[in-house]
Amino acid sequence: MNKINKDNFKQDDYKYGFVTEIENEKIPKGLNEDIIKLISSKKNEPEWMLEWRLAAYERLKSMEVPKWARANIADIDFQDLYYYSSPKDFKDKPKSLEEIDPKLLETYEKLGIPLKEQEALAGVAVDAVFDSVSVATTFKEKLNEIGVIFCPISEAIQKHPDLVKKYIGSVIPVTDHFYATLNSAVFSDGSFVYIPKNVKCPMELSTYFRINASETGQFERTLIIADEGSYVSYLEGCTAPMRDENQLHAANVELVALDNAEIKYSTVQNWYPGDEDGKGGIYNFVTKRGLCKGKNSKISWTQIETGSAITWKYPSCILRGDNSTGEFYSVAITNNHQQADTGTKMIHLGKNTKSRIVSKGISAGKSSNTYRGLVNFHRKAENSKNFTQCDSLLVGSNCKANTIPLTENNCNTSSLEHEATTSKISDDQLFYCMQRGLDAEAAQSLIVNGFCKEVLQQLPMEFAVEAQKLVSISLEGSVG
Amino acid sequence: MLEIKNLDVSVEDKQIIKNLNLKIGPGEVHAIMGPNGSGKSTIAHTLAGKPNYLVESGNVEFKNEDLIAKDPYERSLLGLFLAFQYPIELPGVTNASYLKQILNAHRKSRGENPIDAGEFLKILKEKSKNLNIPMDMHSRFVNAGFSGGEKKKNEVLQMDLLDPSLIIMDETDSGLDVDALKSTSEAVNKLRDGKRSFLIITHYLRLLEYIEPDHVHVFGDGSIIESGDKSLASRIDNEGYEVK
Repeated sequence: MNKINKDNFKQDDYKYGFVTEIENEKIPKGLNEDIIKLISSKKNEPEWMLEWRLAAYERLKSMEVPKWARANIADIDFQDLYYYSSPKDFKDKPKSLEEIDPKLLETYEKLGIPLKEQEALAGVAVDAVFDSVSVATTFKEKLNEIGVIFCPISEAIQKHPDLVKKYIGSVIPVTDHFYATLNSAVFSDGSFVYIPKNVKCPMELSTYFRINASETGQFERTLIIADEGSYVSYLEGCTAPMRDENQLHAANVELVALDNAEIKYSTVQNWYPGDEDGKGGIYNFVTKRGLCKGKNSKISWTQIETGSAITWKYPSCILRGDNSTGEFYSVAITNNHQQADTGTKMIHLGKNTKSRIVSKGISAGKSSNTYRGLVNFHRKAENSKNFTQCDSLLVGSNCKANTIPLTENNCNTSSLEHEATTSKISDDQLFYCMQRGLDAEAAQSLIVNGFCKEVLQQLPMEFAVEAQKLVSISLEGSVG
Repeated sequence: MLEIKNLDVSVEDKQIIKNLNLKIGPGEVHAIMGPNGSGKSTIAHTLAGKPNYLVESGNVEFKNEDLIAKDPYERSLLGLFLAFQYPIELPGVTNASYLKQILNAHRKSRGENPIDAGEFLKILKEKSKNLNIPMDMHSRFVNAGFSGGEKKKNEVLQMDLLDPSLIIMDETDSGLDVDALKSTSEAVNKLRDGKRSFLIITHYLRLLEYIEPDHVHVFGDGSIIESGDKSLASRIDNEGYEVK
């Protein structure tokens, strides 16, 4: 007794690991032109969209999987994956919730996301994406009244082709890198948001991604456009069943902020992380990039990354508009055999642009947690500033934390500041809290939540409490 | 209340406490005095259950329960409070939320509901006022950047909040100026209600001039070498530890 063991983590606390028994429709395994045509036809896409996909696929053939991440990634056989899976009877998308299979509604209720509007969280509109299709979007009509478009991207391609055509691929080009290009070829569903000029979106917009089917990759695509003078806060959440296999999630998220517009994008990522021995779990290879296109625009990324076997993502900002601002707030927790290589890129192109990076990495068990970041000042980015703070917290002695901050300054009037710390939860801190009546887990949770506070504060209020709980749950079993 | 019998304690394979015996009844105030490095703080840490403080033999009964078999938090919930000589910093955790959380842990163990926000604020204001603690200290992070005096006052505030039945004070006077020592002692004296017991560990007499003990013990070479009433403390102060 009295021995505090911080090295062991239990993983029996992943409460979203259930599978929904629902008949699904998959297309054959494999990746080729016919598959892409099939996906496109399932979505009733116009010709231009199919051509865009095929161009991406053509490009993909000459590309190679990137290998530079600080992670051990098993070889993925891209011909042995399903690229599309939807609940059966989804050929004609249900018009209302009454037409949706009750099992699906039940699934989301179990995940804490009621889709019936009268039961939904007030002030939050939700788009629910199940495997490759969006199953429901709440508060659509209400948002329509003020001109806000919030719908599955498959629907936007049909109903708002001009907007989609203009912006899709404008931030992440189809030629970007292997996984981004793969997504461009095979993407299935995701959310589309357009906020018209001078509209402050009155609700939090939220997409909830759920992978259910086995051997299936999820390739969602999200596009958010904030027109001049507008504001939107958007949040995504993700979970998946517990399976022995590794599943691939390769999403592309593009944000465009025009003059004086602001986009706040928050992620609470809780994909299945694999078991204690590192078996199974999601490969989360995501490309997220925001373009501050207009002057005085602002894009802010906040991410709470607790899940996935491997997380490999760098939500970035291209600060093209003069006086634009980019922010990145991140909490990444790794445990057992989880691996995270995450961070951001801030590309300063315009004058007087500002960026702020606050990264909090927490590693436990035998996990590995890397912050990787790039801050680049273009020679014309006069009087621009960056502030970077990277803090790592180690729980136990078998985990790893790395910080790889890169800077490229081509402008002599611009400046950057960098602070980094690495600390351990000390036995003294735990003992102090326990002496006041907190058990070991409550004590650790208190200390870790304190460590993450600056980032958790950035989350929309409705989700901050949930995120705090998630941080605690991720650490359950680590002391005892 | 507390009975220590034939206690041997070692820290990192070195025996610090040798055959310690001490009995503290309800409402009694005991002081343990001793030179620096005599291991008197080890008594405090052992009673609170600090990891690596190994009880080799002997036993400790607290409220008729085997104290040594319990986890540190269980000892706290049972009513044992240790005021730290060097209170620990908790960056990012605001003092108010920390105080509320430890209070709620105690309420929960008594089968009570978590305290309502308004009621908590009221209690916090009242108890802070007694200690001359400004309310804005509670929006700062626990002990982080606190002065020595603020840290000690914060310890006393916590003992007041948690209503323990045995308070162990480990060198609470160190780092306090005369004014802070006075206000801290006054707050402690208010907690003397005839039922609550105290074990005050100190090097100097000065704290005992403000908080008068019923019994004074001189600690040396891992054990109590002399016991007496408060006059013993004055004698030690005049003659030093070497002379007996």
